Amino acid sequence: MNRQQTQTVAKVVITAVAAIVVIPIIYVVFYTVARGIQAISWDFLTQFPTNGMTEGGIFPAIVGTILLTFGTAIAAIPLGISAAIYLAEYATENRLTRAIRLAIVNLAGIPSIVYGLFGLGVFVLFLNMGTSIIAGALTLGLMTLPIVISTSEEAINTVPQEFRVVSYSVGATRWQTVRYQILPQATPGIITGVILGLGRAAGETAPILFTAAAFYVPQLPQSMFDQTMALPYHLYVISTQVPGMPLDIQFATALVLLTFVLSMIVVATIFRTIMRRRREW
Amino acid sequence: MTAQQGVPSPLPVDEAPPRPKREIVIEAFIRVAGVSTIIIIILIFAFLLKEGLPAFFKVSITGLLARRWYPIEDMFGLLPLLVGSLLVTVGAVVIAVPLGLTTAVFLGELAPPWLREILKPVIEVLAGIPSIVLGFLGWVVLAPAIQNMGAPTGLTAFTGSLILAYMALPTIISITEDALYAVPKEYRDGSLALGATHWQTIYKVVLPAARSGIVIAIMLGIGRAIGETMAVMLVTGNAANIPSLSDGLYFQPVRTLTATIAAEMGEVASGSLHYNVLFAIGIVLFVITFLINSLATWIIGGNGGRRRGGQI
Repeated sequence: MNRQQTQTVAKVVITAVAAIVVIPIIYVVFYTVARGIQAISWDFLTQFPTNGMTEGGIFPAIVGTILLTFGTAIAAIPLGISAAIYLAEYATENRLTRAIRLAIVNLAGIPSIVYGLFGLGVFVLFLNMGTSIIAGALTLGLMTLPIVISTSEEAINTVPQEFRVVSYSVGATRWQTVRYQILPQATPGIITGVILGLGRAAGETAPILFTAAAFYVPQLPQSMFDQTMALPYHLYVISTQVPGMPLDIQFATALVLLTFVLSMIVVATIFRTIMRRRREW
Repeated sequence: MTAQQGVPSPLPVDEAPPRPKREIVIEAFIRVAGVSTIIIIILIFAFLLKEGLPAFFKVSITGLLARRWYPIEDMFGLLPLLVGSLLVTVGAVVIAVPLGLTTAVFLGELAPPWLREILKPVIEVLAGIPSIVLGFLGWVVLAPAIQNMGAPTGLTAFTGSLILAYMALPTIISITEDALYAVPKEYRDGSLALGATHWQTIYKVVLPAARSGIVIAIMLGIGRAIGETMAVMLVTGNAANIPSLSDGLYFQPVRTLTATIAAEMGEVASGSLHYNVLFAIGIVLFVITFLINSLATWIIGGNGGRRRGGQI
């Protein structure tokens, strides 16, 4: 085989392997949609489960996931964006900064179940919040923090140097420069990163397993100290713990969760593309 | 990027007009937020130690390394769980690394631009599919399919490896593709000018030049696979046995470290020995992923091109 033939074979093999990787991804999404759509109805989205969850809807799980996602946003955004501002605009390259970066990489790498353990020990038991929305949101917030920091820092770093030069040269302080020049320019990028992080948090099961999630609650949560049903945990419960569970309800629940999470990712991606086109620099 | 060269700093403090109090407070908060990440990770580890260390004394190291996990009779041998995690992770890496590297080469070197523009977001989407959804599909679709192929049960280490491989793929693909992209154009031009074919250039020039990025991609893929919980919990059968070599190592049920915590923590009394041991498993997971991530960061540091925190 000469080298031209080798090249042809190599390219065919590489293309085939890429197809093997990509096609199942698309198939998984389409299959879930095709199987799940059959059981989706207005009632399914707006009713409580009935008859030991084998009938009825998933309304409380949807509400719970929305509440947890909001809580996660409140927990992660202020701290995450502030840390990103610190890294991008205040920190100098020294040992402390390197330690912070190492901490962020490792926070991003800690298994989600370990966050769940930490949340259980600290928020649920030590701080006595009990199994509650607030304990779950704080746990998810910690898990989302490294994503918010790194995407926000990147957004801040893409703001051209000229903005800082001009701002400082007319006598602005560092904070005024950040507040009135950098942040307005970086906001679209930051929002994109935050939505991506929240999308991931919304789909997580392990961190809320012992901190927030309830098998079944007959009413919507009344305060942030109540436990709640949540879509990912509900899917886990009905696919493994409820005997005689109709398969189409399981698929429909999976579809609702998938739609919830993926629509956040898609919105963030589209938003990023639009803002890049509109950028004036 | 940190404090950039060539940018004028704000006026020195003694020349600047007095700053409003509000500004001082805000800047103090920003500095605290910056350091908070270090504090958080130390807190997490300290807390795991506080709740998990007692297990090492009460059960003893030999007890923890025993071959039997049977908490009801206070038998806390972690060996079957370690073997379970190891088998599933190694299987996932063996599947995901060749697939991931090849797909990255396709995306970065072969795919026409329009196809790359479609596939990159598709792969980002895969990264976003919640693990419980993949676990559910593995449970209702993949496991029966594997059973039909002749295994006694579809819930096996192999099923777990397959699902985990697909979860680790986006990480491996995107980091590898970044590494390929970072190879200077001059390398390719030089190789092609010497008469090498496109494939020879990829295989002998681009891939070797990108190897540190590729190593990092593999390590972070491993990190993801070890820490994954819900998907493996659904599809590996959750039997805390050490699979025997004779009847198809990968076609027997296993149980991982992560799944053990998830399955049992809900039922133990806080402060009990079982509770301590589950936190001890948390320590093991924390240390493994910390070492992998720190090593990857160290490799990146040694090679110039620094990446950003959570992205890698």
